[in-house]
Amino acid sequence: MVIALPFGGATGGSRHVQAGAAGQGRRVGVLALQGAFREHRRMLESLGVEVREVRLPADLEGLAGLVIPGGESTTMGKLMVDYGLQGPIRDFHASGGAIFGTCAGAILLSRTVLGAPPQFGHQPSLSLMDISVQRNAFGRQVDSFQTDLNVTGLDIPFPAMFIRAPVIGAVGAGVEVLARQGEQVVLARQGRLLASSFHPELTGDTRIHGLFLDMLPAAAQAADLQRSV
Amino acid sequence: MDNITQTATIQIKTGFSEMFKGGVIMDVVSPDQARIAEAAGATAVMALERVPADIRRDGGVARMSDPQMIRGIIAAVSIPVMAKVRIGHFVEAQILQALGVDFIDESEVLTPADEAFHIEKSLFKVPFVNGSKNLGEALRRIGEGASMIRTKGEAGTGNVVEAVRHARTILGEIRSIQARPSEELMTVARDMQAPFELVRHVHKTGKLPVVNFAAGGIATPADAALMMQLGLDGVFVGSGIFKSGEGDLAKIEKRARAIVRAVTHFDNPDVLAEVSTDLGEAMVGINLDTLELKERLATRGW
Repeated sequence: MVIALPFGGATGGSRHVQAGAAGQGRRVGVLALQGAFREHRRMLESLGVEVREVRLPADLEGLAGLVIPGGESTTMGKLMVDYGLQGPIRDFHASGGAIFGTCAGAILLSRTVLGAPPQFGHQPSLSLMDISVQRNAFGRQVDSFQTDLNVTGLDIPFPAMFIRAPVIGAVGAGVEVLARQGEQVVLARQGRLLASSFHPELTGDTRIHGLFLDMLPAAAQAADLQRSV
Repeated sequence: MDNITQTATIQIKTGFSEMFKGGVIMDVVSPDQARIAEAAGATAVMALERVPADIRRDGGVARMSDPQMIRGIIAAVSIPVMAKVRIGHFVEAQILQALGVDFIDESEVLTPADEAFHIEKSLFKVPFVNGSKNLGEALRRIGEGASMIRTKGEAGTGNVVEAVRHARTILGEIRSIQARPSEELMTVARDMQAPFELVRHVHKTGKLPVVNFAAGGIATPADAALMMQLGLDGVFVGSGIFKSGEGDLAKIEKRARAIVRAVTHFDNPDVLAEVSTDLGEAMVGINLDTLELKERLATRGW
């Protein structure tokens, strides 16, 4: 149908800083239940990664990494439970897969979610990463903002977009804080898990995705993983 | 420490609309309906006093909803809340922005306040969605600052035919612009009365610069999946949910969940068959050939 020509992120980031070629020949899934999955797909493909959209548990087979995109965390959490993806995603991580959650995706990775609708009791999450996340921490859409963010390991600041964004509150002992906006943690890493409150997929800057690709299990391990699934 | 921080940029507004993709935005008239929509997996709710089917039945002037009911819905859910203003009624838009609404729909479903001009949407911090029947109309609205486009369809009819017509028109016009050599684009822009720079963007990228949703007449999971397979980014459901199932709450909840699942799994017929099963009565539809031209809401907007 419509031919998608290269377009510098949905909103055309002004800077095009390219990450290294860490993704060459790797296969990464993007959870495509709802939200900005196409932008992640486009960015990963620009880094040489083979991308698969994940909607059902069987789609996880043979992947080295999984991106959980931004969108509505309530909706995504619900669809994840409805289609039995929670257990398989946890198993995927336990058997060596790396996971990157942006915005709603960070909420789904966390152990504790604050600010979830009370009528839900407990917001569905994967409870994989030792962080607590506060939803809509900066306010409603009129309070959404963009800013240049200093990130550990990146020599020039990253153009970060915070859209009805959550922040990472408490972090556990094994969690490495990579960026703060003011006092608040907005990018953190724990083992093979990466969580950001902002949206690198909406910019033309691939460096945060590059950080994630560096976390993927080595190609040989990925082959083992594929056999073991 | 922090560098320059900006709010309400084009990137922030259009980036927000990207987050709704693959999702369903549901019309609700009360906090209770909003909670049902959120629990069913809606990505946002549209707060209004009457759904389009009732506006159509009642007649009279349809306006922005009472701030009290909008506040009630904002307080009831954690997902974004949208609300409608009349075409050209920028003061209603100022009021909704002051209330903290997350998105404004400048909607032909309400009675237009201005028969020549739309709101200058780029002046607002809050993003806007507008309806369109064709590409020229979509690009004019984007030129005025809209961050999301939806088909107009024919709201409140439960009949998807107009939404299909508008989607096919817009997507077909995009394909035909892509096929034109670049020296013809100025004349294309003149003929479709669209901003030249946006015509060039469509020529280069093969898509609108903002997300493009389906709206107007969607009543079943199959309708929603049809619009997704045609190539749209997500779905608005107005009267189709809360006017279905003859008022049986369990059936209404089931239909709401089914439409959400159908939009995620729009290209998986096995899932679509499962979710389409036993939903009770869909809303009673209206055949378009029985509607007088003056009763058609899609003709509003310029």
